[in-house]
Amino acid sequence: MSTATATATATPPAGKARAKASDRSRAENRLGQKLVAPAVVVMLLVTAWPMIQAIYLSLFRYRLTTPDDKSFVGLSNYLTVLTDPLFWQDTLNTVIIMVVTVAVELVIGFAFAMVMHRIVFARGAIRTSILIPYGIITVVSAYAWQFAFSLNNGFVNAWFAWLPWISPETNWFGSHWPAMFAIMVSEIWKTTPFMALLLLAGLSQVSEDMIEAAEVDGATWWQRLWKVILPNMRAAIMVAVLFRALDAFRIFDNIFVMTRGAQDTESSSFLTYRQVIAQFQLGLGSALSVLLFLTVLLLAWLIVKLFRVDLAQARGEA
Amino acid sequence: MAAANATRNKVGTWIGFVVILVWCLLPVAWIVSLSFKGPGETASGSPQFLPKTWTLQNYRDILGFGTVTPGQENTHQDFLDALRNSFGIAAIATVLAVIFATLAAYAIARLEFKGKRLVLSLALAIAMFPVVALVGPLFDLWRTLHLFNTWPGLIIPYMSFTLPLAIWTLSAFFREIPWEMEQAAQVDGATSWQAFRKVIVPLAAPGVFTAAILTFFFAWNEFVLAISLTSTTASRTVPAQLSFFVGPDPFNPPYGLLAASSVVVTVPIIIIVLLFQRKIVAGLTSGAVKG
Repeated sequence: MSTATATATATPPAGKARAKASDRSRAENRLGQKLVAPAVVVMLLVTAWPMIQAIYLSLFRYRLTTPDDKSFVGLSNYLTVLTDPLFWQDTLNTVIIMVVTVAVELVIGFAFAMVMHRIVFARGAIRTSILIPYGIITVVSAYAWQFAFSLNNGFVNAWFAWLPWISPETNWFGSHWPAMFAIMVSEIWKTTPFMALLLLAGLSQVSEDMIEAAEVDGATWWQRLWKVILPNMRAAIMVAVLFRALDAFRIFDNIFVMTRGAQDTESSSFLTYRQVIAQFQLGLGSALSVLLFLTVLLLAWLIVKLFRVDLAQARGEA
Repeated sequence: MAAANATRNKVGTWIGFVVILVWCLLPVAWIVSLSFKGPGETASGSPQFLPKTWTLQNYRDILGFGTVTPGQENTHQDFLDALRNSFGIAAIATVLAVIFATLAAYAIARLEFKGKRLVLSLALAIAMFPVVALVGPLFDLWRTLHLFNTWPGLIIPYMSFTLPLAIWTLSAFFREIPWEMEQAAQVDGATSWQAFRKVIVPLAAPGVFTAAILTFFFAWNEFVLAISLTSTTASRTVPAQLSFFVGPDPFNPPYGLLAASSVVVTVPIIIIVLLFQRKIVAGLTSGAVKG
């Protein structure tokens, strides 16, 4: 496997030095490939092979309940999926959840990072408490929030009844938007700490001198934030957004526990799961898997592209 | 003016501190409080935060000590089985993933070899991979290979999905290691392999440990594969078992039981976080920012 990987990649020519590769560097090359081989094999075993399998199966009508009825249908599974309004509804839900949660997390996470950066006391306590939502099982978070929003047993209605749109009878899981709201609250609660820690790492790399210089020059707090701090944290922000957006796009656990997809709260992942595991529609489910995979790729490309453009613009302005 | 600013900053930091604590701990306090509410109290509706009467009944039911509520005789057996599976699967997956990741990260941080860039891109791609897309093919494949509903059936995919994070974290740690020591060992006649084993491993141990914690968290938390690739308590892990804990009446879930189980599975996480918070933060951020 390692040799296959090695021949597959063309290393950039590093000048003439590379040509007279000594025995020592050849040995190093071999050792390097030997050391990465097990990890590469394990990673490919569970992703590449099943993905190829999924592409193959997506071209068949194949239900596990009637395995003999397997027949080649070409791209018709994709056609079925792409013309189904449910697919588009679920994709829309997923995109809404992704955009809203990442945006909210970015704001709250940045505020948390600012506090953690400035704080001089109880650093251990704050680090410990911020890691608890990060470490807690998503299913547990989903239950905690489902019960908090519960009609008969939740404290949310009781505590927030003073808000005009909340009463003791508000049924959060009885209609689409309140249910989506509850799902997003659980997602945001659980993942904001991760965002905050990544942003904190970025924040600590912004030079204090630069911020002070801006302050001396009379920049307001707001100007310092937008003109000095944020532009200098762009790399950290990009990493945080990329990771969280792709993670949010795969949202499954919260929806499974809190609504099981009721009130049209299904996500793309949930739809794929339901087709495959609940309905044994392996052909159709595989088509969904392939589409999901392509969407994630597209998304990753878009985010990287978007931020690169941003970076180039910033450099152009400077 | 400057003094007023400083006071304002101080007050702001204090408020921020309290907000963060409340944000992080309130839902945890809620689930703990709920775990002490009896079934009678939740069945008749109890929207107040704290229990009217505190009871250990839920813990008796899920851990199987004292008098168990009639009708819940098997609950604790299922829960304890799931707990055993979770610990076993997460521990084995962690150990194996960390061994493979350590070898790979050493090579990436230290050695020049063809295909390095490809390995890193592969790890990045897999970290972003939509796990649910694999559920169908894996389900099919695991049934043919008789891996469905077994420990290895979960351990293998958990290794694959934790390797990228572990490789990044570890290669970031390894870049910080003083490599002159390895060269010194090589000058003294050690081979690359000996230099790795005798000099670098002891230096790298803290980083390896951090990667192990992050890997363990992932395996402990994983849900999609856990519900798709298992069918009985022979291999079902806690997150999956919790989601099947619905009880006889879907409109009235066993709040207290679920809350008590949630508390039990959160305890290991809290212990790990309390002991190793500094390491975890370092691991999370080094892998992402520098890697």
